[in-house]
Amino acid sequence: MTLKRIAIFTTICLFCLGLMVSPAMAFKGTYKVGAVFSATGRTSFLGDPEKKTAEMIAEQINKAGGINGHKLELIVYDTEGDATKANLAVKKLMTQDKVSAVIGPSLSGTSLAVLPLAEKYKTPLISCAASYKIVHNDKTGKPYKWVFKTPQTDTMAVEAIYARLQKKGINKIAIVSVTSGFGASGRGELIRLAPKYKMNIVADEKYGPKDTDMTAQMTKIKGKAPQAIINWSVGPTQVTVLRNNRDLGMTSIPFYQSHGFGSRKNIKLAAGAAEGVFCPLGSCNIAGLLPANDPQKGVTTKYMKDYMAKYNEPLSSFGGHAWDALHMVVKALSKVGNDKAKIRDYLENHIKGFVGQHGIFNYSADDHNGLTKDAFNMVVVKDGDWALAD
Amino acid sequence: MIFSPPEAGKPFTNKIPQVHLREFHKIVTRFYSMETITLSGQLFQYLITGITVGSVYAMVAVGFNIIYNVTEIINFAQGEFVMLGGLIMVFFHVVMGLPLIMAFPATVILVMLVGILLDRLAIRPIRQPSVLTLIIATIAASILLKGAAMFIWGKDPYDLPAFSGRNPITVFGAVIQPQYLWVIGFLIVIVIVLSIFFDRTIIGKAMSACADNPNAASLVGINVKQMILLSFALSAAIGAVAGITVTPISLMEYDRGAMLAVKGFGAAILGGLGSFPGAILGGLIMGTIESFGAGVISSGYKDAFALIVLLIVLFFRPSGILGSIEISKIKRF
Repeated sequence: MTLKRIAIFTTICLFCLGLMVSPAMAFKGTYKVGAVFSATGRTSFLGDPEKKTAEMIAEQINKAGGINGHKLELIVYDTEGDATKANLAVKKLMTQDKVSAVIGPSLSGTSLAVLPLAEKYKTPLISCAASYKIVHNDKTGKPYKWVFKTPQTDTMAVEAIYARLQKKGINKIAIVSVTSGFGASGRGELIRLAPKYKMNIVADEKYGPKDTDMTAQMTKIKGKAPQAIINWSVGPTQVTVLRNNRDLGMTSIPFYQSHGFGSRKNIKLAAGAAEGVFCPLGSCNIAGLLPANDPQKGVTTKYMKDYMAKYNEPLSSFGGHAWDALHMVVKALSKVGNDKAKIRDYLENHIKGFVGQHGIFNYSADDHNGLTKDAFNMVVVKDGDWALAD
Repeated sequence: MIFSPPEAGKPFTNKIPQVHLREFHKIVTRFYSMETITLSGQLFQYLITGITVGSVYAMVAVGFNIIYNVTEIINFAQGEFVMLGGLIMVFFHVVMGLPLIMAFPATVILVMLVGILLDRLAIRPIRQPSVLTLIIATIAASILLKGAAMFIWGKDPYDLPAFSGRNPITVFGAVIQPQYLWVIGFLIVIVIVLSIFFDRTIIGKAMSACADNPNAASLVGINVKQMILLSFALSAAIGAVAGITVTPISLMEYDRGAMLAVKGFGAAILGGLGSFPGAILGGLIMGTIESFGAGVISSGYKDAFALIVLLIVLFFRPSGILGSIEISKIKRF
């Protein structure tokens, strides 16, 4: 009886030991990378694809033998889009889990809330949020030392649109925006950059994020007879505004949407009213459309194929921001090991011509975003789908 | 006509030579769309848009009034009825493929059922109901309904095909969507049906009696509890109609209700809480002021204009435009 017990006990012990030992035997050690995304809650449409993407990449890397024989251990925490939770999660990652670098958070608000921690604990952080303030210290006019980011900013989207308008000889424009954070920030950039591109804004209209109808605003714009209309919003209003525009018979005026329009769902919802609408999008959204000689063709097509095969859902461009961030960290880890200061220096000095999902990144001491307006492709809605605009 | 007006989504076939096509396109577009618009055309457009949006507010306001008249409570879940109307209609009409004529009553009945459940599960079981506890119960119900809708439909907006196509009609330089006429038409239908119901039928008169004095009404043999149930069913039905008719214009998603409830409540207050003609007048005034404010002055302060007018009216007539001070004095809320 006792012997039997001892035998069982020993077997269990050996089994557990085997479980603990076996991964370590295959790898020389582990590199820990932290990730904080708003995987649930109101902004899960951002965080969920980011989390799935990061997990998929970690799995792929470990299957292929890790980073120089080291296992990549990804520690993911959910912020629920809450600044306090993001703060706690990042603090835990940096002090207790002792990660080499952190990717995320997903939102501008949560990113701004955690960037003092990156500075304090001297851990590199690559944010997946849009605001340029994340990598721009207003006091010094330079980026924060330990903070980087991957997504394009509003400024680049505005510049991409203005550059195209200028090329087409258009300078009399009307802008419409939603009164939410996204719309207000885009409107601010549209107005700030207008003189640089010699744009004359003849109408500056706004609407609420839950408004039923924007015919009044569009009628006013019609009265001003602009050469192009730029709308800056997310959610259902960006579809309603297109329908109102069509109903008022204004389809012959070129209509530009912000990069917030980048979902095929919106084209479908517009029920034909999106035809001919222009919109600046990152390469990640339109992998299939890129010409074969495009440098991003390879990475974007592979990512789209892998993601759709693994999760059986359409690719969201937001996941691409996590792809860019994690692959940069992995590249740094493979070159300089897991020393935090060396990773930071590597990111700043050696991320040059890095081919990512949303553009080709060139970090420098003055630029911790690394993208230009060329990170956007101008696309046009044609026969209910995206097509590259000439 | 050989050529129909260019419709978005249906580009010209490329059988016609390209040059001709482009010139023709210009002519046709200019003729049909009138890229320039006269001032009078603009003003007329603001009026039409305002009346349409105002009709939706008016329907919500009427829903508030029905429940207020019988129970003296403000039903904060009124906006959720509108949201449910839109989304359930999408389910029946688009997902299940039922024809409009069947999907419409089915939706209204289902939302009425939600209204009845709201009364039976949230309002009636409350012991020693004070007006305030009942109002809090409706707030809880609105959060619950919104959460349930998010669970069922997700956060994406949904579209409903317009009842009679999307080809706009041009009148005096203003563009009218056929759906606008449906919205306004349904408001008129609701007004007629409700006035017949309250003036000509026994049940309607019994409901009005409950509104005047519930104690006296129960003394003459009116079942007040049933009347309360009926009031919830009725206002849910009106909310559903508002949701069904507005969805083809503005799409519908799970959290649209609260904003419509705020606007509808403003309209009810403006017209005088408890007064049906007041609710309709209030709704139309709110919608028109918003539309003209956005078009003529500044779209950023659109909501502020409506609220300023509301405050001014309440300053001079605390009971609203068509409300009666005598009645508002005896109400508990």
